[in-house]
Amino acid sequence: MAIFLTAASRVIVQGMTGSEGTKHTKRMLAAGTKIVGGVTPGKGGQVVDLDGHQLPVFNTVSEAVAATQADVSVVFVPPKFAKAAVIDAIDAAMPLVVVITEGIPVHDTAFFFAYSQEKGRTQIIGPNCPGLISPSQSNVGIIPSDITGPGRIGLVSKSGTLTYQMMYELRDIGFSTAVGIGGDPIIGTTHIDCLRAFQDDPDTDAIVMIGEIGGDAEERAAAFIKEYVTKPVVGYVAGFTAPEGKTMGHAGAIVSGSSGTAQGKQDALEAAGVKVGKTPSETARLLRATLKG
Amino acid sequence: MDLFEYQARDLFEAHNVPVLPAQIARTADEAQKAAEAIIGSSGGKVVVKAQVKVGGRGKAGGVKLADSAVDARAKADAILGMDIKGHRVGIVMIAAAAPIVEEYYLAILLDRSNRTFLVMASVAGGMDIEEVARTSPEKLAKVPVSATVGIDFAAAKKIITSAAFPKDIEDQVADVLVKLWQVFQSEDATLVEVNPLVKTSDGKIIALDGKVTLDENADFRHPDHEALVDHAAANALEAAAKEKGLNYVKLDGQVGIIGNGAGLVMSTLDVVAYAGEKYRGMKPANFLDIGGGASAEVMANGLAIILGDKDVKSVFVNVFGGITSCDAVANGIVQALAILGDKASKPIVVRLDGNNVSEGRRILKEANHPLIEQLDTMDGAADRAAELAAK
Repeated sequence: MAIFLTAASRVIVQGMTGSEGTKHTKRMLAAGTKIVGGVTPGKGGQVVDLDGHQLPVFNTVSEAVAATQADVSVVFVPPKFAKAAVIDAIDAAMPLVVVITEGIPVHDTAFFFAYSQEKGRTQIIGPNCPGLISPSQSNVGIIPSDITGPGRIGLVSKSGTLTYQMMYELRDIGFSTAVGIGGDPIIGTTHIDCLRAFQDDPDTDAIVMIGEIGGDAEERAAAFIKEYVTKPVVGYVAGFTAPEGKTMGHAGAIVSGSSGTAQGKQDALEAAGVKVGKTPSETARLLRATLKG
Repeated sequence: MDLFEYQARDLFEAHNVPVLPAQIARTADEAQKAAEAIIGSSGGKVVVKAQVKVGGRGKAGGVKLADSAVDARAKADAILGMDIKGHRVGIVMIAAAAPIVEEYYLAILLDRSNRTFLVMASVAGGMDIEEVARTSPEKLAKVPVSATVGIDFAAAKKIITSAAFPKDIEDQVADVLVKLWQVFQSEDATLVEVNPLVKTSDGKIIALDGKVTLDENADFRHPDHEALVDHAAANALEAAAKEKGLNYVKLDGQVGIIGNGAGLVMSTLDVVAYAGEKYRGMKPANFLDIGGGASAEVMANGLAIILGDKDVKSVFVNVFGGITSCDAVANGIVQALAILGDKASKPIVVRLDGNNVSEGRRILKEANHPLIEQLDTMDGAADRAAELAAK
């Protein structure tokens, strides 16, 4: 099964004709993702050859959906044009929109997120995220497909490279789906959304949740786990040594006053019965112990 | 980016939010001239306010009332150069003094938890709003605002009414709220706070002190925001890194850190700090995320910044090759050391994993550089880097 993304997912790439879009479309195709076309306003009607795949380009997402029955869109357009691209996808009632673009103004994200909620038909993942992978089924975004194969662990993380690191640590077990939800102040899919989906997914046995400083998403996730999740969850939080008031790379990763600290998040998770590792490798060991247990 | 009070005031004025006449001064002379200009136009007193991006300046003696231009000069002379919670005062704002009869609170901010915008309004202004929220939450109205809807006068009026503002000033305050929304939205702010918003003895509503945070991701549509950057405050290394487009934060330890991806770098800082406990408390000296495309040039720029930090005793390069392959990173390190030559003088511990790792490790091994040491795991490499820093 996996969550959000399966072998049947039909994917279009918004910004496919740009350099990033082209590079990653090739990678996704090589990973077996069913890419059915691309969207670039003004370039509709072209057919692009990417490593032997003939991919039609459309002016709008609606046209792309009508022609290809796509049900996932992945967005690689630059920050300036990201808002319009996501709104285009929402207007086309695209079920899942994965926004890889980094550096989108938060007012733009706030707008398209609110708009998606009003329309009620589109789930957004990201922005500023690596996307998601259901190994050997489909890969949407920039997560390397060769780190590990399919298995029964579900992974949700704010961070891209920590996602890769954790997949690598547990590569002998494999993953049902790994979701990078992104580190921006406003994101479309939260830890909680993924925890719920993994809990409900018959092919996921255990869950790894990676968080980082800033906001209260991990605390909220902890409360949700207590109430809803019966599968074992292992956690990791990055940023224990981050000083107050400094933004650590991700726009959302900042400790302000007493809120958003790694310790506070660890305490909340442990109170919900989640085992929390001090390092990625210890977290992997805890997960292994859980599966054996 | 957090603005100084005077910058917030200027933005407010540009969007027709009512503020008092004010000027800034960097010397006592300038302060006197500013006070003369303000007193000349309005008569009466002026307030001399330290411009620092930290709360509690009033208690620290950074805000003084002056009853003449000469007095303003003396007050400015005392405040300029003061240290307020680690912030040196380089600028004072000279503002007309207002006859205050009431103090209120008004703010618009990004509410991360609920993924929307939020208005907070209270008639209990002038004090710490977190204290109000804790002790008398009923006095603080919190109203979510959708980015797709915004705040027009009718919406503002509803919010102000729900916050129980006095009837006779409801319209005036609602009008201020609409204008603050315009500041918030059109300037791409994540925080616009007025505390206090005051009512004067002649019934006017004025934003007496303001705090604004701007979203740097939106700089591409606000070329004018560049002028608001406080270059004086940036650490020299941070400024140099910014110039090279590097995501760098100076910390107070001894192990220089370079990694790819914000989460992995944060995690690296933690792992180094844990390892450092064994070695006289060695700690990370910086946060540096070189991002996905770790080219030789980016690696050289990063290494140059870190090796230029006199506090750094060892360097830990921690890369998980995702999109970037490890051989590219390894070549980057080798070329960076060639570019840096004698400037590279500290031991460098490298841990590579992921995409094309065996080729990456082979390149580093064959380069046989005396400063480079390779370890296979993140924990092991962190331990070694901390150990080398403590030597």
